Amino acid sequence: MVPTPYYIALSALLLTIGSVGVLTRRSAIMVFLSVELMLNAANLAIVAFARQWSARGVESALSGQAAVFIILAIAAAEVAVGLGILVAIFRNRVSTDVDELSEVRL
Amino acid sequence: MTHVVAWASLAPVLALAGSLINAFFGRNLKEPAPGIIASLAVAGGFVLAVLAFIGLHGSDAGVQVTFWRYLTAGSLHLDLGFMIDRLSVTMMLIITGVGLLIHIYSIGYMHGDDGNSRYFAELNLFVAAMLVLVMADSFPLMFIGWEGVGVCSYLLISFWYKDRANPDAGRKAFIVNRVGDVGFLLAMFLTFKEFGTLNIAAVNAAAPAMLYGSGVLTLIGLFYLLGATGKSAQLPLQVWLPDAMAGPTPVSALIHAATMVTAGVYLIARIGAIYAMAPGAAATVAWIGGLTAFVGAFAAFAQTDIKKILAYSTISQVGYMIAAVGAGAYWVGIFHVLTHAFFKALLFLTAGSVIHALGGEQDTRKMGGLGRHMKVTGNTALIATLAISGVPFLSGFFSKDAILSSTLNSSLLAGNGGDALYILLLVTAGMTAGYMFRWYYRVFAGESRVDKHAAEHLHESPPVMTWPLGILALGATFVGYVGLPEFAFPNYIQRWLEPATAKVDFNQLAASTDWLLIGLSVVVVAIGITAAWWVYHVRKGAPVAGLKESNLASASRGALGFDALYRILFVASGEGVSGGIATLDRDVVDRGLAGAGSAVGLLGRLATALQSGFARAYAFAMLLGVLALVVVAALTGVVR
Repeated sequence: MVPTPYYIALSALLLTIGSVGVLTRRSAIMVFLSVELMLNAANLAIVAFARQWSARGVESALSGQAAVFIILAIAAAEVAVGLGILVAIFRNRVSTDVDELSEVRL
Repeated sequence: MTHVVAWASLAPVLALAGSLINAFFGRNLKEPAPGIIASLAVAGGFVLAVLAFIGLHGSDAGVQVTFWRYLTAGSLHLDLGFMIDRLSVTMMLIITGVGLLIHIYSIGYMHGDDGNSRYFAELNLFVAAMLVLVMADSFPLMFIGWEGVGVCSYLLISFWYKDRANPDAGRKAFIVNRVGDVGFLLAMFLTFKEFGTLNIAAVNAAAPAMLYGSGVLTLIGLFYLLGATGKSAQLPLQVWLPDAMAGPTPVSALIHAATMVTAGVYLIARIGAIYAMAPGAAATVAWIGGLTAFVGAFAAFAQTDIKKILAYSTISQVGYMIAAVGAGAYWVGIFHVLTHAFFKALLFLTAGSVIHALGGEQDTRKMGGLGRHMKVTGNTALIATLAISGVPFLSGFFSKDAILSSTLNSSLLAGNGGDALYILLLVTAGMTAGYMFRWYYRVFAGESRVDKHAAEHLHESPPVMTWPLGILALGATFVGYVGLPEFAFPNYIQRWLEPATAKVDFNQLAASTDWLLIGLSVVVVAIGITAAWWVYHVRKGAPVAGLKESNLASASRGALGFDALYRILFVASGEGVSGGIATLDRDVVDRGLAGAGSAVGLLGRLATALQSGFARAYAFAMLLGVLALVVVAALTGVVR
């Protein structure tokens, strides 16, 4: 069985990659992708801990796996809405550069 | 007969109804209709007053009409009720009788005015308030009428409100009256404290049992006097009356001559029982009246406005009445109210007729010789002038002589300068004859100084205006015969009023002395008239032309500088206070608020710096925040 710290290390790596992506990419699509990466890094950490606790016989550990399913479902919904918004923005501006999206500011 | 008298309590209701009809529906009525409705309402009141007058001949006591109790607080019970006795019926006859003639005259005078229905609504409301004032059986109800009269005079003085000076004059009248009203209120408080009731008849009944000349009675008397000086334009609150001439002339006749200014006289006569027990207060009343009579007559000499001369003469004549009631001769005061109502209303209405004919001109320097063009106006004005001057066998003669002898003989004034007051009033009588004939000669006699343009339009007023003049002239001539000198002739009005007023002792002089006094006053009046005739008619004012710039003349023009004094004392200090408050408001409150506003704005502008509008900057801030949370959690061990 792969020890839990390995999973956590991978999860941290994914989170770092995701956050760097969010901070550096200007295309909204790539930002969006990076956010998904961060979300799944968190999912990975949660299921890894859930597996470790259930191996020790803690029943409530299953709730971690349930939480991941819920997060996946929400992520799917969020992707649908977020991509919809992105398409609408692209139709309006022929660009998805997040730095240009600052009209709401005074 | 009792219920015939009680019906008189409907008189104010009638006038009020007339007022309401004109106020709400007057605008839809064609021109003479509002005037006719108003006149009918007052005529109804007059008929009721006459019936009550006849009905009261049978008994000395009045009739008390109580409608309902409208206030109970502790031991204080206030009934809404009217006291219809000989005194109040006399006043009702004057108010509705003279008032009716003035209403009829107004139909002609206010013809074609935009505010015709408003005018008659206010005039009727005034009559209603004045009737409430004289018929009230308790001080608070009297005060309601008192205030109503004040409000109506404000409304009517500022009737032509589009000219700024008129509402200013109205406000002045109202504010000066307020000062007097404070006196009335304080007097009511003290009355309730002393007597435990505010019913006038009960107070009058209880007063004789009080300590003669006690301090509190004197104080009550002085406070009521303050109220009376406000309403009756006596020193030191006389300043509003000359300005009140800003209203339409019939208003001046009704309010500022025949009725409203007599309210103070009526008040003191009504509560005579208090003054009869407080000689100090009574003497103060008499002296205020005497001094006012003198000051008014003095000020009348240098005026050039046709109505202002009459205004000062009103102040002076009311001073006579106040002197009489101060001396305790209550019937004499009311008698002069009666005669004065006729000749002063007549004077004002002839002045109105002149102003009407000249298209609004009020300056006597641009008049003269008008008697030749306006026969009825000129002749009736002459009768009124003779009457007010105190020429024998006209009404003013009898009432003025009664006042003079009452000040000389009153037991209330014995030791309080009754003799000096007599001399003051006697001199004033001569002055009255002088300034009134100056008025007559400058307006109606001599050569014409009328503008050419105005002279072409010169016309006698229509019959609706001249008829009231004629009737008033009859009254001004003959009404004095109800009060023939009581030592030699049957005196009707004294016997009529005495049961309704307080009893004060008067010295009985020998009949020969009385005749001598009358002769003396006739001589004084003759001197006054002759002097006026010589100075203003024969020499055309030449003997006094040199006086124009003198201190005497300017003192008379400025009415002894009361207005200037009050301007310094009250207006200037008021302006100082309000100026200070304005500065405070502008420099502290306004600036503080503006500063607070801009500080909030600045803060907001600072906060916008946080919102860069770059999504990645927000993301970075979130990352930093999460990192900070993680570090804190790791270091403090919150998460086990």
